[in-house]
Amino acid sequence: MSLHESIVSGKFVVTSEIGPPKGVNIERALKEADFLKGKVEAVNVTDIQSSVMKVGSLAVCHLLKQRGIEPVFQLTCRDRNRLALQSDLLSAWILGIKNVLIITGDHPTLGDHPDSLPVFDLDSVQLLQVVSGLNQGKDMMGNDLEGKPNFFPGAVANPGADPLELQIIKLEKKVQAGAKFIQTQTVYDPAQFETFMKAAEHIDVPILAGIVLLKSAGMARYMNKNVAGVSVPDHLIKRMSQAENRKQESIDITIELIKQLKPLCQGIHLMPLGWDKLVPEILKRAFS
Amino acid sequence: MIVTKLKPLKEILNILKEVDKIFLIGCGGCAEACETGGEPQVRQLEQELKEKGKQITGWVVIDSLCNKALVGMRLAYRLREISKADGLLVLSCGVGVQAVAATVDKLTFPALDTISLGGFQGIWPSSERCYQCGECILYLTGGICPLTACAKHLLNGSCGGSDKGKCEVHPDRDCAWYLIYERLKKVGRLDILRKIAQPKNYNKMEASQEIRTSTYWALEFEEAKDESA
Repeated sequence: MSLHESIVSGKFVVTSEIGPPKGVNIERALKEADFLKGKVEAVNVTDIQSSVMKVGSLAVCHLLKQRGIEPVFQLTCRDRNRLALQSDLLSAWILGIKNVLIITGDHPTLGDHPDSLPVFDLDSVQLLQVVSGLNQGKDMMGNDLEGKPNFFPGAVANPGADPLELQIIKLEKKVQAGAKFIQTQTVYDPAQFETFMKAAEHIDVPILAGIVLLKSAGMARYMNKNVAGVSVPDHLIKRMSQAENRKQESIDITIELIKQLKPLCQGIHLMPLGWDKLVPEILKRAFS
Repeated sequence: MIVTKLKPLKEILNILKEVDKIFLIGCGGCAEACETGGEPQVRQLEQELKEKGKQITGWVVIDSLCNKALVGMRLAYRLREISKADGLLVLSCGVGVQAVAATVDKLTFPALDTISLGGFQGIWPSSERCYQCGECILYLTGGICPLTACAKHLLNGSCGGSDKGKCEVHPDRDCAWYLIYERLKKVGRLDILRKIAQPKNYNKMEASQEIRTSTYWALEFEEAKDESA
């Protein structure tokens, strides 16, 4: 079943994610993806994540597709104007890529090329409208396309955003603009996520709770300090710092989170950040 | 010189669709010199709006709308007329519209489009900046310009990097969309935020040939004309 079919059928879906390399050695990324094959519905490929220059999402999505893994093409508004965005979307479609995840994108100053021009010609809501338009056979100026795609567009939300109402208003606009599923920023606080889901009750597309695998106490502290809306509770930081086997502890924490979040939402989006090998065990134990 | 041009009446009526009682504010600075925001233009717009069924509660022309201290002082004398209005329609560059919006808790609407500030942001060193985009959208954003105040010039709300009212680019920088949200909430118009703002037409930043060859754009055109005469 494709991601689209799974979501439409109302099934509880699990997606995951890989990041392309900086450089041309693609083997590691593909090996990570292979761990996910057959275990998740689809695998996101990040688009110059954190504004750190890397191989593009589109090419890696194509390679995943060749390996029989359904990709989700992440597309940010940061680096391309409306011409390039539409062109890359059409390119994705002819390579057999159906799922696109539309994101604003981190500001370039956060990455390794802080001198670059931030493009943001369109914002995420407008780009979702463009995807919907392409699906109707029109570019954003209303010109006819020779053959139309049929993308399955998704969007993101941050459950820890403050003020939450501002986030919900934008989420409403993303759904109105055509988003068919939502993947969220990482969640470690089920109570906070529950508050978000209550505020998003009227949003009638599936919401997949994001979980970044905790790798260390240091990483947790870093996220608390630097990543908007992310709050790793102290008890989880303590567990990671005292763990004899960090990977095992991370597996246990992730399984507990999945079990707590599952009744609240329609799916899980796991972000292993290189620990993809752990995903099969996590899913097996979390859903057994 | 700050070059502005009057929005077409149709567009002004469109952005004032839900506003019946209007207080008009002109600018005696660049907009007056451009013949877009001085007393004659304010009075003409007053007439045109009245003909279209709008009620004008009053009007004023302030020397330089970019001077926030002056704006506050001058508008203080007109509070009664302003309080009767549902919105303020401002005939000035984007800086002046934002200065008014920052001073009065009323919805503020731009009547002009700003094409070029000619490297000049008005006379008062306040925080408001104008992008000179040529299609002023301050009526959608509570009178705060997201093109200059948001690091990503987003048009439909904050990005995922906004945190407790601050921008991801610098922890001391306010998130423009937090400010816009707070202001629209204060005037009870969060519904404006719920409408999808359409992509900008960046072609409008290009000044027309007519403006580019006028003295509003550059004084040397006048000198050249004098010489050839």
